[in-house]
Amino acid sequence: MSTIRIPPVLRETVGGSRVLSASGGTVAEVLADLFASHPALRDRVTEDGELSPFVNVYVNDRDVRYRDGLATPVGEEDTVILLPAMAGGFG
Amino acid sequence: MTSAPSAIRQVSAADAVKLVEAGYRVIDVREPVEWNEGHIPGATLLPLADLQARIAEVAPDRDAGLFLHCAVGARSARAAAYLAGIGYSNLANLAGTLTDWRAAGGAWEAPEQLLTPAQQRRYSRQTLIPEIGQAGQRKLLDSKVLLIGAGGLGSPVALYLAASGVGTIGLVDDDVVDESNLQRQVLHTVDRIGQPKTASAKITLAALNPETNVVEHRERLSAENVERLIADYDVIVDGTDNFDTRYVLNDAAVRQRKPVVHGSIYRWDGQITTFVPFEGPCYRCMYPTQPPEELAPGCAVAGVLGVLPGIAGLIQANEVFKLLLGVGQTLAGRLLMFDAMSTEFSEVRIWRDPACPACGEGSIQ
Repeated sequence: MSTIRIPPVLRETVGGSRVLSASGGTVAEVLADLFASHPALRDRVTEDGELSPFVNVYVNDRDVRYRDGLATPVGEEDTVILLPAMAGGFG
Repeated sequence: MTSAPSAIRQVSAADAVKLVEAGYRVIDVREPVEWNEGHIPGATLLPLADLQARIAEVAPDRDAGLFLHCAVGARSARAAAYLAGIGYSNLANLAGTLTDWRAAGGAWEAPEQLLTPAQQRRYSRQTLIPEIGQAGQRKLLDSKVLLIGAGGLGSPVALYLAASGVGTIGLVDDDVVDESNLQRQVLHTVDRIGQPKTASAKITLAALNPETNVVEHRERLSAENVERLIADYDVIVDGTDNFDTRYVLNDAAVRQRKPVVHGSIYRWDGQITTFVPFEGPCYRCMYPTQPPEELAPGCAVAGVLGVLPGIAGLIQANEVFKLLLGVGQTLAGRLLMFDAMSTEFSEVRIWRDPACPACGEGSIQ
């Protein structure tokens, strides 16, 4: 099982969890496993089956856009980070 | 420890000049702040407190001629006594002052005075840092930093930049102080509720450092004014609360090649990075497409822990100092994330996107 870090803006879609576990050998498989248990996450992270342009996905510290996207391999010990843009500042 | 007074000669300034011309090594046992005001060319600065630890490295040959001096002779006399006690055999101590030395025709090197005496006192704790020194402080005093937002992130940034002597701080904000701001926006005070944030900030910063020039830009950053607003500044600090402004700022900063120190906060989490145009990624490289605003509620909707902008803002201020001084490694190419709930820092790498519409290969560089 790999570790998935859930960013603050997405925690409401997973019942408030900060960290989850999911199984799968690629980003696509790990996300599919996550969406099976947390369906509300799907629309925030993907768009028509592709990664949403508003959310960056990292395996460990590497952005999968610069690797193999959804096909990027994920190992048992790896950490997947979902990272949407955050806007808050002085408001 | 046996003293060997015969190893020490008290010499007049005139004799000292001859000894140094004959090859005696000059050891200046004063403090760095005194050294910075002027010293004998070729001398080695070895403050009394460091003597024991460093003398073997500075003067390995205990029989070589050493000429010791301080300002008036007291400290160097103690240094000479110590050195004689550990076996140095050929010591000359200046019996007189450095004024006498100069009057006797001794060589003297006084640096160009970069700071006034008042500035030297005020900033002494940071000019002592080797990477800053008087030259670095002069850079800070001559620097101009623009803060987008005089609120949660802008408050700690502005306070510390002003305290440290950054010469000009521009503040872009069209908001007024609200009671709900005071939980985190420490530039502002209860008695200034309802006043423009830029005016309130100016009062606080002027009290902290009257030398800092605070420029109020009482307007909201937009595509229409961004080029004008950032043109005069060296570094931009992005503490805005919405995506529109972040993209507008990014694109203009890339065009004008201005570094942007980025910070964003949400409840218990903060993200900080530094965008240096064409050297590292820009905001569009990280997030190519602007998300709809509802995906990123600001503090007014989502809430934010009061200390969070303090922590994130000070990391931003630290980035600003390194950019202005040209030292260290910035967060360019790295997104630093802080989780206040678990007190954890982590980072991911961010890359320049060759296809970036702002700074990629197709853009005008």
